[in-house]
Amino acid sequence: MASSTSPRPAHPLRLGLMTLIGRAYPRLIAGNREPDWLFYEATLPLLRVIAFVLVYRALGAPPEYTGFVILGGAMMAFWANVLWSMAGQLHWERQSGNLELYLMAPPSLLWILAGMAFGGMLTTLTRAIFITLLGTVIFGVTYQITSVPLLAAVFLLTLIALYGLGSMLASLYLFYNREVWAVQEMIQEPVALVTGMYFPVRTLGGLAGSLASLIPMTLGLDAMRQLTLGGQWIPLLSVPVEIALLAILAVGFVAGAAWSLRVIERLAKIEGRLSLKWQ
Amino acid sequence: MCWYHHTGHGGQGKRDKYLESNDTPAVRTIDLRREYKTRGGSSIRGQKAGKNVVALDGVTLDIARGELFGLLGRNGAGKTTLIKILTTLLAPTSGQAFIDGMDVTREVTPVRQRIAMVSGGEQSGYGILTVREQLWMFAQFYGVSSRVAHQRIDVLLAAVGMSDQANQKVYALSTGMRQRMNLCRALVSDPEILFLDEPTVGLDVEASRLVRDYVRRWMSENPRRTVLLTTHYMFEADELCDRVAVINHGQLVAQGTTNDLKRSLQEHVRFQLELAEWAPAFVEQLRLEDGVMDAETRQREGRTELRLALLREEMIVPTIATLNNAGGRVLTLKRIEPTLEEAFIRLVGDEAEAGSEEVSHGE
Repeated sequence: MASSTSPRPAHPLRLGLMTLIGRAYPRLIAGNREPDWLFYEATLPLLRVIAFVLVYRALGAPPEYTGFVILGGAMMAFWANVLWSMAGQLHWERQSGNLELYLMAPPSLLWILAGMAFGGMLTTLTRAIFITLLGTVIFGVTYQITSVPLLAAVFLLTLIALYGLGSMLASLYLFYNREVWAVQEMIQEPVALVTGMYFPVRTLGGLAGSLASLIPMTLGLDAMRQLTLGGQWIPLLSVPVEIALLAILAVGFVAGAAWSLRVIERLAKIEGRLSLKWQ
Repeated sequence: MCWYHHTGHGGQGKRDKYLESNDTPAVRTIDLRREYKTRGGSSIRGQKAGKNVVALDGVTLDIARGELFGLLGRNGAGKTTLIKILTTLLAPTSGQAFIDGMDVTREVTPVRQRIAMVSGGEQSGYGILTVREQLWMFAQFYGVSSRVAHQRIDVLLAAVGMSDQANQKVYALSTGMRQRMNLCRALVSDPEILFLDEPTVGLDVEASRLVRDYVRRWMSENPRRTVLLTTHYMFEADELCDRVAVINHGQLVAQGTTNDLKRSLQEHVRFQLELAEWAPAFVEQLRLEDGVMDAETRQREGRTELRLALLREEMIVPTIATLNNAGGRVLTLKRIEPTLEEAFIRLVGDEAEAGSEEVSHGE
């Protein structure tokens, strides 16, 4: 391979986007390469959705609660993806030796995380669509979509904020990297509870609901339910307010992720935490 | 010949001298020092938590462009720490390090555009990807267009004998295949400076040879390409490296060509002669000769082997003449070169014995 060795660096934005696509690739392509995802990541979560729907129906809950559960089940797929494939990912990458190579590469680590997020979002979208379609067909749910643009905006902002949170957690997990698995297990279900994954979050009360709003899923789900399901249930906040708060969360978490990644990289260089296996 | 014994901290004078130099070496370190502070529960080299451990101590080193430079040292000597600093993964506690004239702590991005690293036993990448996809992915991180990346991948895989594995999943590769792929991964961005951190550790003879052969070939294709190799395998350093340095307890204790290193530590020039007949009297006679420091014979497979230690190489001529005059008949004569391993052990001392076993039986 006797080519020129004079480096001609790509424009930082171009390099960043190439990195994003490169790192998204394993998730986009390889993530669907082995079809067992259909069982583990779509069919199994659907069982939980079915269980909740059956309980609600047995209790005589209003029909829109079926829609709550299906939307919650679909969004749960994103939360699981953020938790296991974003927040914990840099930790796994460190164990496999990839993290060193990512740090040694010219683009910022944030582009690598953006690639993970992008790939994760699209891959999880197929799971979420599968859960929504199947749940809708099985239980005959009807939707009353009041605004498609608003729904798209809420969904997009929720994902950006959610994956921004995942990116921020990723660097924090690197810093306190010894018990990632246990922490993941510890927060997965409580978060599913407080974000109102399977019921209107207002049920928890205003204060608890407001605190839970720090997790983007809470506001996102509440707004999406308002925009797609009718009924007499009480939302946490109005859709415009929830969109504004989601936008703030999205910017905050992405900025927080960029900042924490810079901090962790600096500390890593000083303390040797990321590159030495005994640390 | 660039050969010296390290004398500790270089100080400001040495730093100025290096900075004033007109040549821009591929790699330059000036009085580089790295300390680690052990944290709770950690223990480095037996030090308790909260203690400072010196991993590098005043390392000053130049590696010219086009050079294949070996860094030898036992486990924990500081080799990997030096590589981590040069690859921008670690900050030095003090001192400076430059890649292609750029400070590794201040000009991080341009440094990263020029370098690549392969470590021994590396498990990087994603098992579910094919070899080609894996290499393409890493090429993206360096801004290599897909068209160029695929061209390079074809060339690289052919060069390491993996063309048939291009579409094989990474998880199905053997250790040797995986390391060949790692080498391709490092080279797909066409770096100027390649860091090889014990690249053949754990590989079988054939895979090791293939890696070594390709590294040498890669170097020969472009005079600007530079390699810094760390290895425990002395024969590997001997075979590959233009120059080597020996690092011990974080300090460079010697550097030069492998021949410089071997000979500089050899007190006497050694020869081995095969004689036609057994004659113990020869030995007594030779020991009286000027410049003959030692002489001994032994019977081996029906022949007499004479080993001589001479003060200088040219003294072999009068010594053979003395043997002939005494009626001895020389069948063969060869100079015994010291091995790099012997030189290494002499430099790093007895503590290397455990490591030297690894060196001797490493492959």
